Amino acid sequence: MTEHVTITVTVNGTSHTRSVEPRLLLSDFLRHELNLTGTHVGCEHGVCGACTVLLDGRSARSCLTLAVMTDGHEIETIEAQGTQEELSRVQRAFRDHHGLQCGFCTPGMIMTITDMLRHHPLESDEEIREALSGNLCRCTGYQHIIAAVRELAAERGPIE
Amino acid sequence: MSQADISVEMRPKLVGTRVKRTEDPRLLTGTGQYVDDIKLDGIVHVAILRSDQPHALIREIRVGDTSTVPGLIGIYDWTDIEGEVRPAIPTSRMKGYYATPYWPLARGKVRYVGEPVVAVVADSRYAAEDALGLIEIDYEPLPFAIRQVDAVREDAPLLHEEAGSNVIVERTFMRGDIDDAIASAPVVVRGQFRMTRKTATSMECRSYLAEYDKRRRALTLWTSSNIPGIIRDALSDALDLPGSRMRVVAPDVGGSFGGKGSLYHEEMLVCLLARKLERPVKYVADRLEELSSSSQAFDQLIDAELAVARDGTFLGLRCDVIGDIGAYSIYPWTGGIEPVQVISFMPGPYKIEHYHGRVRAVLTPKPPTGPYRGVGRPSSTFAMERLVDMAARELGMDPAELRRHNLVSDGEFPYRTAPGIIWDQSAFQQCLAGAREAIGYDSLRVWQELVRAEGRWVGIGISSYAELTGIGSRIAVAPGMPINTGTETAIIRIDSTGAVEASFGIASHGQGLETTLAQVIADELGCAMDDIVVLQGDSSLVPMSSGTYASRSAVIAGGAATQASRLLKGKVLRMAAHVMGEPVEDLEAERGWIRSRTSNAGMTFKDVARAVYLQMGTIPRDIREDLTVTETYDPFLGTACSSTHICVAEVDRETFGVRLLQYVVAEDCGRIINPMIVDGQVHGAVAQGIGAALLEEIVYDDEGQLVTASLADYLLPLASDVVDMQIVHIEAELPNNVGGFRGMGEGGTIGAPAAIANAISDALAPLGLGIQTLPATPERLFQLIRPHLTNSKENMT
Repeated sequence: MTEHVTITVTVNGTSHTRSVEPRLLLSDFLRHELNLTGTHVGCEHGVCGACTVLLDGRSARSCLTLAVMTDGHEIETIEAQGTQEELSRVQRAFRDHHGLQCGFCTPGMIMTITDMLRHHPLESDEEIREALSGNLCRCTGYQHIIAAVRELAAERGPIE
Repeated sequence: MSQADISVEMRPKLVGTRVKRTEDPRLLTGTGQYVDDIKLDGIVHVAILRSDQPHALIREIRVGDTSTVPGLIGIYDWTDIEGEVRPAIPTSRMKGYYATPYWPLARGKVRYVGEPVVAVVADSRYAAEDALGLIEIDYEPLPFAIRQVDAVREDAPLLHEEAGSNVIVERTFMRGDIDDAIASAPVVVRGQFRMTRKTATSMECRSYLAEYDKRRRALTLWTSSNIPGIIRDALSDALDLPGSRMRVVAPDVGGSFGGKGSLYHEEMLVCLLARKLERPVKYVADRLEELSSSSQAFDQLIDAELAVARDGTFLGLRCDVIGDIGAYSIYPWTGGIEPVQVISFMPGPYKIEHYHGRVRAVLTPKPPTGPYRGVGRPSSTFAMERLVDMAARELGMDPAELRRHNLVSDGEFPYRTAPGIIWDQSAFQQCLAGAREAIGYDSLRVWQELVRAEGRWVGIGISSYAELTGIGSRIAVAPGMPINTGTETAIIRIDSTGAVEASFGIASHGQGLETTLAQVIADELGCAMDDIVVLQGDSSLVPMSSGTYASRSAVIAGGAATQASRLLKGKVLRMAAHVMGEPVEDLEAERGWIRSRTSNAGMTFKDVARAVYLQMGTIPRDIREDLTVTETYDPFLGTACSSTHICVAEVDRETFGVRLLQYVVAEDCGRIINPMIVDGQVHGAVAQGIGAALLEEIVYDDEGQLVTASLADYLLPLASDVVDMQIVHIEAELPNNVGGFRGMGEGGTIGAPAAIANAISDALAPLGLGIQTLPATPERLFQLIRPHLTNSKENMT
């Protein structure tokens, strides 16, 4: 039997201490240990981006991250955004522009876009398409997602 | 009288408006519930050992020291489940058809790499996968033919000996005298066309969870399926349980595009294991399993020729199709689903008198093909639309003009195509005209000449097509198949609190049907949209449910919703009339209020519900009516949805990559329920068509092994691969259809590959080249173009 490792991770502002197998993926840790099932798993090889979370504020693939690697770090998941009653600004833009259909890729998209809005200019559609090119969506053809991000980037204005 | 002036008919309706989706808040916040999000006490997990052989006998299955894997619960092969499950047999009356049976686990023989052989159950998926390493299978390899051109030969090794042949479906449709039409035509164009194998690839992998209720001896399966009703009926047979003890639920489902629209081995497996172990059993496919065992699509080899008169009139069409359907005939659709549709829809939206279409569906050691968005029509449209462009070039005619000349026009409906499809009232010509106008076709041609002169490979591509959607009980995918796809039942009830609950047999998996059906009901019933809950994706809701596929839900469930709402409104108004003491014909209902046109009297739906259900004595028992309606709708023939796509593509002279510069879709889906959702469906479907045209390809090597086994090899369109699309909506009236809706979810996938192939061919026309195989990857284009560059003395290096 594999030896377990005790880790302490801050997820959405709450500190969690758990004993986990070293091989446990962060995506499985979030979904099955912490019951945060809003983070989805689409490929487990880092291509689709459905499992994207924020690790110390930057987007990261939770399927390519081991839970033990996040010991002492901070993670934000989709559950840290808005609620059904009060959506976050990014979520609201997705709803207004019909930026989701089946919703499976959506949490990963929203976490990626949250990071991009903080750190990238997103001044043209080309830049927005490039910024989203690490997240696959099979339903929307991206056009409505791009419209949502265009609006969010315009509202935010230029960044330093 | 002032209230009469603003009668209900004149007030703004929800149908036709961009209502925001009811589904969104839960999906946006991660509160949605997909199968893998469901947790049950005592749950166990399955991992599956799959065949690594394309065709082999299973000699022996050996298991190592199981004590090395803590948490292991059991290891099962077919001998452990024999007698506990009946195979799925996709029956059909097609002449000469052989229905290959399939069991949850391979029964003595494997027929494709990826076929499930051994199931391991453990208390975690990690432990179950650990135990896979303990299992060794001794195979005796058997000969096989991996390519359809080899498998179709009479001396080919047989995949199913009982079938007596690898060809299990053979059909021919004909009209007129095709030999004469071709022999006497001044112009004949021909080619061999192929859209290579692909797979649907929804973002959520297939996921199943079964729970056995010992008390009721009942099973519940939660499945990422778009056909929960069909799965319920199949499992009821396979496991010998009445429908009252076999419930199938599709909760939030992360896309399907047809890939989750057939019965899967693992759905049978988790159910029988849950019953055997009396514990909840979960299986979630990983992406490798998804790519190697979910249903695949396309892969028809199409030899086709089109005979044309000098003035451009299409005279005759002949096609001979060999469809590679993989190792089994898929349940319930049969292996005929795609290839037969290719010859059924080959003539497209055009008037063609003489036709001969022949198809053979052949077994090869690959995962079975099944429904994929567009079903057969992406391939038939690709072949036909290429022929049209080739004919235009031969005749020296503009390709748009040649289409205009041959499309079925307004006065000519209903038009019966040679294979027997009936096109009724659809805006074929208007879509072509609308797309031309929107993209500025004539000035685009002028611009193209200018950039060509600069040496750029830029082309304009058109495709026009029609599809039969919302198909009623008259037409079956395969004659005599075990399911009814042509009807839909709505049960709408108002409960004692005034809430409206509408149940359907459909299974939304991204289409937003909880929203659109509520729009229809709110308008027809006159209640508030917020008071409506649409229930779907659960076999227990209506007596016969099937699911959401084949662009049927808006048409058939929308029709059932319309009819049921109208009947229920009658009941509500009759009860209100009694309570209010007003004549029923003076009453109208809107947004949850019932008002009299002639007085100030009014009451809410809630008031009516209380009067009917709770306030005893308010309504005399002899006139009291329960506020429930069950109504089934059957459109019988179905509706024609049509579209024209026009795009501009450029082939990069250095990388041979294709870039789309412009894209226009003009489509007629009848009365639009929610324009925002319709746009989203078009965008998504066109993006998948771009994938099929340029990127996506499932490749098996000569040893029968899957080469494209990850998303780094099987390439899906990224945001940066897709172009902004402009959509023109033409809402042609549809007199013979309740609600006036046409199905439209598949169309983009049908039109885009053909339009892009025509644009690339147009770009390469100065080199005398055209596209016959998709996807047009840089490698394929390089191989196609290179020899011609040498000939034309253009130096590439």
